[in-house]
Formats: sequence, C-alpha cells, structure tokens
Amino acid sequence: MATVLEARGLIKQFKNSRAVDGIDLVFPEGRCFGLLGPNGAGKTTTVEMLEGILAPTSGEVLYRGHPLDADFRKKSGIQFQNTALPDYLRVREALVLFRGFYDHGRSIEELLKACSLEDLVDRDIKKLSGGQRQRLLLALALVSDPDVVFLDEPTTGLDPQARRNFWDLVRKIKSEGKTVVLTTHYMEEAYILCDEIAILDRGRVIAQGSPDKLLREQFAGALVEIDVAAVSQELRLALPQPLFEREGRFEIPCASPAAIVRVLTEGGADLSSLRIRSQTLEDLFLVLTGQELRG
Amino acid sequence: MRFRRVWSLFRVRNNEFFRDRAALGWNFLFPVLVVFGFAFAFSGPSQKMFKVDVVGQDSPGLARDFLALPSVSSIGVKSVDEGLPKLRRHQVDMVLDAESVPPRYWINDSSPKGALLEKLLAAKPADSGFQRQTVEGREIRYVDWLIAGLLGMNMMFGSLFGVGYVIVRYRKSGVLKRLKATPIKPIEFVLAQVLSRLWIVLFTAVLVYAGTNFFLKFQMHGSYLTLFLVAAIGALSLISLGLVVAARTASEEFAGGLLNMLSSPMMFLSGVWFSLEGAHPVVQAFAKIFPLTHLVDAARLVMTEGAGMAQVAPQLSILGVSAVVFLALGAWSFRWE
Repeated sequence: MATVLEARGLIKQFKNSRAVDGIDLVFPEGRCFGLLGPNGAGKTTTVEMLEGILAPTSGEVLYRGHPLDADFRKKSGIQFQNTALPDYLRVREALVLFRGFYDHGRSIEELLKACSLEDLVDRDIKKLSGGQRQRLLLALALVSDPDVVFLDEPTTGLDPQARRNFWDLVRKIKSEGKTVVLTTHYMEEAYILCDEIAILDRGRVIAQGSPDKLLREQFAGALVEIDVAAVSQELRLALPQPLFEREGRFEIPCASPAAIVRVLTEGGADLSSLRIRSQTLEDLFLVLTGQELRG
Repeated sequence: MRFRRVWSLFRVRNNEFFRDRAALGWNFLFPVLVVFGFAFAFSGPSQKMFKVDVVGQDSPGLARDFLALPSVSSIGVKSVDEGLPKLRRHQVDMVLDAESVPPRYWINDSSPKGALLEKLLAAKPADSGFQRQTVEGREIRYVDWLIAGLLGMNMMFGSLFGVGYVIVRYRKSGVLKRLKATPIKPIEFVLAQVLSRLWIVLFTAVLVYAGTNFFLKFQMHGSYLTLFLVAAIGALSLISLGLVVAARTASEEFAGGLLNMLSSPMMFLSGVWFSLEGAHPVVQAFAKIFPLTHLVDAARLVMTEGAGMAQVAPQLSILGVSAVVFLALGAWSFRWE
C-alpha cells in the first residue's frame, strides 16, 4: 500500500512547553488514521504540522515522498477544530467562495448532496445547528476533491444523532479512496471509523496499530467492574493489580474473570453491582496513560 | 495571482458589509446628520454685521470714522491680494486699501452688504476720496467649506477601521487560518480587502454627497472627475495605512488603540473643522504627515476654487506615493497568523 503522508521526527517547541516531542507516523493510502489523546496531548499541534499550517521546530512531513509545498494546498482538505468564516455568508455562497479558490474540484451541487446540505443552501451560516455547521465545514474541506482529508475533532460538541450522521459521511469519503486523518477523543468514534490509530500522550506516540490489534495486545481477557462501596479495605488489598478506580467503581482487567469473582465472593463483597464486560479503547487508554480521555 | 480568487473574496467582503443592516444604516446616516447639523448650526448671522479687510491700518488716509462704526469690524491684512479671494467668497464684505493713491475700496457686486457698506462710507465726509472697485463671486457658506472635510473624515474612519479592524477580527476568529489552508496567496487576500473597502468608502461618500447636496446645494467650482480622483487616491492611501496596522496585529484591542492613535490627530489637525492657516507653524508642518490633510486640502481647492488636476497635482502625488508605500509595506508584512 502506497504511503500518502509521512511524519519524520516531528518536534514542536513552544515558548514554555514541548507540545510534540518526536513523532514518526506513516499514513497509508485510502485508510482512516486516528490520532487519539487527552486534551493537551499534542493532537492538534501534530495534525497542524501534517497539514502544513504549522512549521515544525524540527523534523519533516512528506507528501508522497516530497516535502510539503504550495501544491499540497490543492491536494489536502482541512476541517479545523475551531474555524470561522466571514459573516453574513450563506451555505451556497460559502461553497462558491471556496470553490473559487481552486482550479479543479467538485461541483457545488455534488458537494451539497454529498454532505446533505441541499435543504440549507440559502441558510445564513450563523443560523446552522452544530451538526449542519460541521457538515458545511466538511463540504468546504472536500471542495477541491482532495487526496488527503484532515478532520480535527469534527464531532466534538455534537449530539449522538448528529455524530452518527457525520460518521456516515466520513465512511463515504473513505469509500471514495481518500486518506483520512482524524483526531478525536471519542474512543467509539475511533473504533468505528479508523483502520489504524496512534495514541498520543505528552507529545509522544505511546501505542499504534489497528484498534482490534491494540485491544488484543493489551487485554488478554475481560474487565470486571464492581462498586467501590461493595469492597472492604482488606478485600481491596487482596485484589490483583492493575486495579483502576473510575466513577465510583473498581475496574480490574484480567485473563480469567472467574478467579476475580472467587476472590470477591470469598471476601464477602456485595456482588449486586458486579459486571463483566470486554475491554474497549477507553479502557486501553486508561491503562496506557493512567488518565481518562476526556478528563 | 489569480483575479478570480480576488474577485471571490471581494464579493464576499462586500456582502458582509452591505448585509450588516444596522452598521450599514449608521455608515450613511452618521455623516448625513453631521453635515445637516453643521449646515444649520452655522447658518445664523454673525455678531458684527459687516467685515472689512483693511490694508495699511496706520496710513493717514484711513477711513477712521467709517471703521469706527459699531456695526463694522475691521481686520488688518498685508495686501489687497489677501483680501480679495475672501471678498469673492463673501467671507468679508469689503476690502479697503488706504495705502494706494488714490485710496481704493472693493465690494462684491452680488453681495447686498457691500452696497450698504458703500453707502455708509459715502456718508462720512471725512472719509471721502476712495475709488470704487468691484469683484464678483458667490458667497461661500461654512458648510460649503466644511463638506470636503466631513466627507474626508468619514472616509478616513471607514478606511482605517474598515480594513484595520476587519482583518484583525478575521485573524482572531480563525477566518485567516482557514484561508491559509487554501491556495489563496496573501497578496490576493490583501488586494481583495483593499479593493472592497475602496469601493465601499467611495460608494458611501458619493451617496452622502449626492444626498446632502440635494438639499444644501454645495458650491462646486471644479470638475467632479477631479474631485472623485482626489477622493479615490486619498481613500487608497488611508486604506493602505489601515492595512499596515492590521498586517500582523492579532489583538483587536491593540489594533483599536493604534487606529485611534492615527485617527484622532487626523480628525483635529487635518483641517476638517477649521482652517490651519492661522495655526502655529509647527502644527501646520505636523499636519502634513497625515494623508487626510492632503485629501481635504485638494478636495476643498477643487470645490471652492475650481482647481483643476494641475493645481492639485502636489496633493495627488503625495497621496499616490503614500498609498503605494503603505500598500507595499502592508502586503509585505502581512501574515495569516
């Protein structure tokens, strides 16, 4: 599989902090690549260096083997985390404006259809809902029919329905063979959309691979959950490590849930709040970084 | 550079301006209110009924009895040439030359006050022997003189803030960052902003002029083409100055402070409200650094004295050169971030 984008030894030093501390990544063609991490992990800084918006302190980004140049603007589509457009602009006008910046690209009608904006063409963009606005910003990112699409936390703040609609659009983009770079702090989103993910923490990649592979590597078995209140102090010491406490519940990853349940039963714990489930990316994140993703 | 991209941005910026109804209304209403306000405030009679410019106040032949009349106020001038233009514009009612032999006086045939003054002079036997001279010229009201200044000031505010503030706002809100992610070149963006503002400022000025002129019938002795050219080049210079402020500034407060620092002295020292002729030479020299001074100066020459392109060439050159310098500086130092 051809490599579309490659980051080599990316470092970004701001005045008082090192936001990105040596990142190497390879983005294969036609895949959706997720960058995950808690707030402040360096996701946006990394993605902006990949976009060519921010110059790295050291290291380089290659697009199809060549350093980024002016031409890359035509090959890439970007949806920023926080973006603004001129005031008093309508949906169609915004698309016409951005379409006018490129020599080649998709037709306005095609974009309206692809991003489900047909009913909103004359709407003032200030009056769009969160989901509608994100769909418009996606359409603007697609206006040049780009090779690579960058989506920086595109569903943050959307309600579950709008988020699901947006995921459908991203799947459609993937099906067209485009390479997608997605940052998110929703594990579910990464699990559903991404073929490959890199988990970032304090400016470094701490794990990388397909979501299923990462889960398999880190978790042999299941996760046992029980309310903190149901477990006495002595019993807590008897439980195996690692043991996480989250939202008033203990979480114990383990190869064999039966063994844990036996310890709890013999320790006299109230098992009414006991639950055994398979591990998710959310759990993986907790294991890797010791903190919650949205913390 | 692609003109198509400039055109796209130009149209969007125009829409942004014309669709903001509240601000749009104010942009037109404010200058109109100011013009009418001044037209009425200064239309009353002056305190002394007659004004006489006098050459040779110490000459023995001076018409002392006449000038001592309570309704006559005399102003000493160095030469007849200094008084006659004012007489033509009805700013004084008579020019008296006591130094010439025989002594002479000038009145404006179209001014009824001149005829009355002539009678008063003749009524003083001791002051006889003056020879009658006449000039022609219509009265210039304060508002005829002021309109060039008011429109110029309005253009100054529209130019400085319209470019300076808007670009900084774009930068702060993230519009510039989004544009940076497209193939748009800085020069294309800058050009679109400058052209859009030029069109808006001139459109506003023409409309305000036409609207107030309909009621007030300003004196216009020159050609409208020359006046428009003065306005266009002057506005370009001011817009480019605003661009220099906005080229790298990321804080709206800081930009606002800088723009106020530029606009306030221009408002008071560029001869908008009163002539700087009598001001301290240092102030006069200082005022010359402001584009608005030259803009108002040239517009007034065209309107009240019928100056042609050749007579306002010095002002036009200063405005043109400053526009090019500011524009180059602004475009060169412009950053998306």
